[in-house]
Amino acid sequence: MDVLPLLINGFIIAFEPLNLMLIVLGCAVGLFIGAMPGLGSVNGVAILLPMTFLVPPTGAIIFLGAIYYGAMYGGAISSIMLGIPGASTAVATTFDGRPMALQGHADKALIAAATASFVGGSVGVILFTLFAPPLAEVALTFGAPEIFSLMLMAFATFVGLGGDDIPKTLFSIFIGLVFGAVGLDIISGEPRLIFGGIPGFFHGINFLVLAIGIYGIAEMLWTIEVSQGKVMISQATVSYQRTMAALRELLTTWKTMLMGSFLGYFVGILPAAGATPGALMAYGVAKTMAKDPETYGKGNINGIVAPETANNAASTGAMLPMLTLGIPGSPTTAILLGGMVIWGLEPGPRVFTDHPDFVWGFIASLYAANLFALLINVAFIPAFIWVLRLPFTILAPIIFILCIVGGFVPTMDMHDVWLMLVFGTGGYMMRKLDYPMAPAVLAIVLGPLAEPALRQSLLISGGSFGIFFTRPFASVIMSLALFLILLPVMKIIYDRIKKPAAVK
Amino acid sequence: MRMAELVMGIVMGVFSLYLMWKSAELPIGWIAGEGPGGGAWPFWLAAGMLVCCIAIVIRWAKRITPQSRSEDPFMTSRTFRLFLLNAGSLIGMVALFHIVGAYGAIPAFLIFYLRFMGGHTWRLTGAFAFVTPIVTFLFFEIALQKTLPKGITDPWFEPVFAFFY
Repeated sequence: MDVLPLLINGFIIAFEPLNLMLIVLGCAVGLFIGAMPGLGSVNGVAILLPMTFLVPPTGAIIFLGAIYYGAMYGGAISSIMLGIPGASTAVATTFDGRPMALQGHADKALIAAATASFVGGSVGVILFTLFAPPLAEVALTFGAPEIFSLMLMAFATFVGLGGDDIPKTLFSIFIGLVFGAVGLDIISGEPRLIFGGIPGFFHGINFLVLAIGIYGIAEMLWTIEVSQGKVMISQATVSYQRTMAALRELLTTWKTMLMGSFLGYFVGILPAAGATPGALMAYGVAKTMAKDPETYGKGNINGIVAPETANNAASTGAMLPMLTLGIPGSPTTAILLGGMVIWGLEPGPRVFTDHPDFVWGFIASLYAANLFALLINVAFIPAFIWVLRLPFTILAPIIFILCIVGGFVPTMDMHDVWLMLVFGTGGYMMRKLDYPMAPAVLAIVLGPLAEPALRQSLLISGGSFGIFFTRPFASVIMSLALFLILLPVMKIIYDRIKKPAAVK
Repeated sequence: MRMAELVMGIVMGVFSLYLMWKSAELPIGWIAGEGPGGGAWPFWLAAGMLVCCIAIVIRWAKRITPQSRSEDPFMTSRTFRLFLLNAGSLIGMVALFHIVGAYGAIPAFLIFYLRFMGGHTWRLTGAFAFVTPIVTFLFFEIALQKTLPKGITDPWFEPVFAFFY
């Protein structure tokens, strides 16, 4: 597959007036959403997905991709100005961003975050352009057993690498898959799990109902709970001279930028990892590599550059398995994948051959979104600060209304709105008890794809699970998945063996 | 927090059993020529949920998780009040969607939230309560052509739609 002509065609599509407008609008909206404490790209994409029905699928994914990028940039703003991460992906930015702001260098911290985000995003999208076509070509040879093995591996990464409570993670995956199974059985057409014949369950549970419930309602209830105390906003003075001085200082951080970009990108590809661990790992590596590790946490500019390059590169990395394999690399890409299904596209490698305009228009839009997010970010720093000053009692009801209307629009059924409220309040309670919610959202998106893949595989093999170990790709992926699932068990056994030895 | 961890584990365990029972209304075994029955997939997933709930309760009993060791309340009285006010006002708004429709429920919710919960001025509250439904109508009904519920206010919109179309 010759990439260059396809990419040029993609740029022509991305620079159509409507798509260009959507990129700019998406970046601006994403920046504001990312800047709001507690809200990140996943919330923005989940809440605003129903708004994309107005435009064709290419415009819709370009808009949501721009929101994703914008929010990754915006997360740093509240981390630096308020000391509250705009999203979990910007937690590591707080470590050095906040001290810099308190020392009177908020402008330098904001410019460092924006520039690092641009570099991370650029490296990420270049790697994406290079890796996506060959991976998609390999994936085109995949049949049902390979597809099911891949999906199992996506869930297995949450178990093996997620770092959360294992039974709660597994519970979250199972409940998401069960919710994905509600509706009509795909083969017999018989209704199943319709809970006493409630008509609203016949069309299944739309993944957006769960996604908005968890990332809209539950997240807002959580933010309201944790932000009971008052926050102090820092002052930022932005001028041409100070901006140029900050950019000159940033040139010295090129090694950290490259490290953060590559590390973030490859961590972002893993489904359970994504931008948050990518940013934290990049921060840790930067500190370990530094000659002055004691200055980290006290306002070292490398402490901003490392996580910001990593989280932006990771957000692009997460899109690689989404587009090429139909496996989302993060909760946000899970929602994008669900969006593709709503827009009538079949996620997976076939989109590269069946809908090249969609894929390459989207990839080219990422280059443009990265640039626009940088420009809008730097130009509108005072506006973001103004928004952050808005009382939460104004922002919260507007977001709640967007959630309710957004939950109604996809199916035009009030049943889904009530269900969303149940998921929202239930999700809030479960979050308080440390149940990870991202696996459930991933599962409700992948469930309707995983079940037919499993049933087809078993039908081919006459009911034997051996089919997953006799085909080359499937056996490698399945073995990896099983290894990841068993990893926590092996760790427990290893710790038990090691402990008595240490005591002796 | 400790009690909440146990209650959640038990409630979800019972829910898993219910899901297994409902899934078993369809065949859960192997059907010759068709493969696994329609209920097999959700049945075994719900069984997986149940196993997880048992593991959660065992870990609770052994005080392994931070929640199972925590003596903090699940919600303080202030948090509970905030939760009730927010969740209650949302439920109220959605209930009002059925009666007075979106364009009656949204201003009512905004007035309650901004004026009575947020303590904002009547001027700001009125501005939001007036502008938000208009923007919502123009975006969803006119631009996206998605009809929101209107309840008893449905006839009032006939002249508005006649104006636009």
